[in-house]
Amino acid sequence: MTQHTRAKSDASTPEEFRPSGQIQFGVFFQGVNSGTIWKAPESGSQTDFESFRRIAQTAERGLFAAFFLGEGLRLREHLGRPHALDVVGRPDAQTMLAALASVTTNIGLVATQNTTYNDPADLAHRLASLDLISGGRAAWNIVTTDNAWTGANFRRGGYLDHADRYKHAEAFVETAKRIWDSWDTPDGPGRRVRHEGQHYTVDVAPRLPRSAQYRPVLFQAGDSPEGRNFAARQADVIFSAHPKFDDAVAFRKDLVERSVAAGRGANAVQIMPASEFILARTSAEAAEKKEWVRSLQIGPQQAVAYLEQFWGRQLSAYDPDGPLPEIDPVVEETSETRGSGFHGAKARQLADQWRAEAKDKGLSIRQFVTSKTARIDSTFTGSYTAVADQLAEYARVGAVDGFNISPWLIPTGLDDIVNHLVPELQERGVYPTEYRGATLRDHLGLETPVRTADVAVAAVRT
Amino acid sequence: MNAEHPNQPGFLAIELDGAGWDGADIARAVLAAESAGFHAATFTDAPAPGRVNAVQRAAFAGPLTRTIALVPEADTVYTEPFHISTQLASLDYVSGGRAGWIATAAEDPEAAAAVGRSSVTGSALGQEAAASIEVSRRLWDSWEDDAVIRDVATGRYIDVDKLHYADFETPAGFPGPGYSVKGPSIIPRPLQGQLPVLVPASLLGEVPVDALDGVLVSAPTPELLAVEVRDVRARLGAAVAVIAELDVVLDSRGQAAASRDTNFDGGRAAFAGSAASLTDFLAALLTEADGVRLHPASLFVDLEELGRLVLPELRRRGALRPVLRDGTFRDLLGLERPASRYAPAAAPAGAGK
Repeated sequence: MTQHTRAKSDASTPEEFRPSGQIQFGVFFQGVNSGTIWKAPESGSQTDFESFRRIAQTAERGLFAAFFLGEGLRLREHLGRPHALDVVGRPDAQTMLAALASVTTNIGLVATQNTTYNDPADLAHRLASLDLISGGRAAWNIVTTDNAWTGANFRRGGYLDHADRYKHAEAFVETAKRIWDSWDTPDGPGRRVRHEGQHYTVDVAPRLPRSAQYRPVLFQAGDSPEGRNFAARQADVIFSAHPKFDDAVAFRKDLVERSVAAGRGANAVQIMPASEFILARTSAEAAEKKEWVRSLQIGPQQAVAYLEQFWGRQLSAYDPDGPLPEIDPVVEETSETRGSGFHGAKARQLADQWRAEAKDKGLSIRQFVTSKTARIDSTFTGSYTAVADQLAEYARVGAVDGFNISPWLIPTGLDDIVNHLVPELQERGVYPTEYRGATLRDHLGLETPVRTADVAVAAVRT
Repeated sequence: MNAEHPNQPGFLAIELDGAGWDGADIARAVLAAESAGFHAATFTDAPAPGRVNAVQRAAFAGPLTRTIALVPEADTVYTEPFHISTQLASLDYVSGGRAGWIATAAEDPEAAAAVGRSSVTGSALGQEAAASIEVSRRLWDSWEDDAVIRDVATGRYIDVDKLHYADFETPAGFPGPGYSVKGPSIIPRPLQGQLPVLVPASLLGEVPVDALDGVLVSAPTPELLAVEVRDVRARLGAAVAVIAELDVVLDSRGQAAASRDTNFDGGRAAFAGSAASLTDFLAALLTEADGVRLHPASLFVDLEELGRLVLPELRRRGALRPVLRDGTFRDLLGLERPASRYAPAAAPAGAGK
C-alpha cells in the first residue's frame, strides 16, 4: 500500500540529498487576490460550491497531490474601507474541504490555518476530523499572524509580538502533534495532553484515533530565516516563494542544510513553490495570452490603488498610463490592512526608489505596478512542450518536489494544464501516472511520522 | 405555525450520532436518513471519544444529498464566534441553503480545560450563547445580498457601500471575559440570508426569543412531552418552531425494544415499543409540536425500522410536510428569507432607485 521511498531520515549530511526525479502538482484556489481574473466572460463564481468542485475534480483527473485553500480572518481594506477591486469573499477552509472530501477520492486537502487566532485543542481536533473523514488526505498549511488589526475579530484581540510569532507557532504545532498522538494505540495507552505556555493553557483528553496517514501532513509557508528553520524542524512540505530555477536550486540547498542541522535528514522536507502557468500550443500564442491575462489582472484602477496603499492617500487624479505620482506618501509605514505582503515598508524611501526605477525603465503607473505585482518570478509561460522540458529539468536536479499552482481563472483555469501539460510531463517520466496510494502522505512519498513521545528530547524544540 | 394552524403537518429530524468518523459511514447514515424521508439531520458535537467535528460531518453530507436539512451543533462558549459564523455560512454554501445551527452552551469543565478557561456555569452559559448568536447574525448580514457587483467599467468587484462592520461588543455586565468582533464577514451572505438558529429550551430566558428560529424541548417521559411542548409554545408564540426531543428504541429484527441495549441517559423522554405504536405517538405529538427530533438507540438498526414502517405511515396519514425539493431549511420552517439588517429599507413604490 504505502511506498515511502524517499524521505530517509538517516540521510544525515547534505550530500545525501537525493532528487526524486519527479514533480507533483498542487492547486491553490485563491479566494482573495489580484491574480484571479474576474472581468472575463468565462470568470465563474468565487463562492459557489460548483466552482470548488470543478477545480478539485479537474485537479484529481490530473493526478494532483493536493488542493489548497487559504484562510480569511479579516477582510482586506484600502484607505480605511474594504478593498473593492479584487476578488474577495471565501469560505472557511476546513468546512469547504470536508464537503470536497465527499466528491473526490484521492486528492489531498490542505487548509491554511493560523496559529495566532485559532486555539490549539480546537484546531487539532478539526484537522484530525478532516483527516479521518477524508480517509487520510488532510494537511495543515501553518501560517502565523501577529497584527492586532486582524485580532479585532477575535475574543483575545491582538496579543502577540511580531518577534514571538514563530516561538508561539512552534509551541502550538508541538501541542497539536501531541494531541494527534494521544489516542490509545498498540504502542502505548491514550493520555491527556497538558501544555502551559506563555499564551495559552491546554489540558485535553484524547478524542480521535490516528488516520490512515497517521496524522495530517504539515505544510509551512514562511520565508524568513526563522520561518525556514521552523519548517526544517516541523514541516513535511514547504510552500515556498522560489519557483525560478536558480532560486529554487539555492533554496533547496539552504533547506537541506537547515533540515540536516535540525536532525531530520537531507530528504525530510519537500518543497512546492507557488506558481502560475500561462500555456498554449506555441510560445507565440502563450506570449499573447500572457498580455491578455496581465491586462485583466491589473486594470487601471488596481494600478492606482496599489500605489495608494503605499502612499496612504488618494491618487485617483493620476493617469494610470502616465508616470508615477510626484507627490510624497503621507504615511511612515504601510499597514497590514491589505495583507502581510504589504506590511511595514518605509513608504517615502520606497516611493523615491520606485519613481527612479519607473523613470529608468520608462514605465507608466500601470506597467510599473504590473511588473511589481504580477507573479513575474513565479510564472511559467510557453508552449506545453517547452514548459514540460523546463519542469523536467527541475525534476532531474531536484530543485523542487512540485509546484503549487494558482489558476488565474475560476473554474476552468486548470483545464489546459491537466489536458496538455500533464501528459507531456508523463511522457518525460517526471510526473505520476497514477496515485501512489490512498493518502496524501502516500502521494508525496512521505515517511510515517515518529510518535512524538518517542522523539529524542533534544530533537524537539519547546 | 401550529398554534394558528393546529392541523398543519410537522417535520421529523434525526440525530445521526453513532455513524462514526469514516466518510463512507457518514455518507451511508445521511443517505439512509434522506431516503427514509427525514426532513432534517442533526449532528451532535459534545466532546466524546471518536466523535469528529459536527460542522465537518454536515459539510461532508452537503454535496451527497439533495433534500435533507443539515443541522450541526456548535458550541458558543469556548469557540471563536467569528470562526463559527464563517463555518456555518460555508456550510450553507456547500449544502445549497440547507444548513441550520443548533447553538449549544453546556456546563463542561472538560471543554473549558481544553482551551485553558475556567468553566462557565448557570445563566452565564445563556449569555455566552446570546453573544455568539448575535455575532453570527450580524456577520451573516454584513454583506448585503448584492454586494458582489463585478462592475468592469469602474473596476470594482464589490460595492463597499454594501459591506458593513458588525461592531459587536459584549454587553455591560457580561459574566465572562468580554470581547468584540469587528467584521465584516470574510464570506458573502449565506444563501439563506440567515441560517435558522435552534437552541435547547434550557437557554431560553438568556437568549432573546427574536434571535431564535427553533427551540428543542425535552421532558422526562413521553407522556409529559406534549405538556412541555404546549408550555413552551405558550411562552414563545408561533414565531419560533417548537421541536420535541425523543429517544427511540424499536422492536427490531425479532427483538423486543424493551430487551435492546440503549445508552439513553435519562435526559430526554424515551420511547420503547413497536413501529406502529411509535407512529400513533408521533402523529399525536406532531399536532402540538412543529417537529420532532428522534435520537435512535442504534442508528442503523432503528433508522431501518423508521424508514420502512414509521415515516411512510405518518406520511400516508398526512402528518408530515413534504420534503424539500430544491428548497432551503428556512423554507421547511416556513420562514421568509430576511433582508439584511444593514440594507436600506426598500424604496417606496414609484420612488425609483
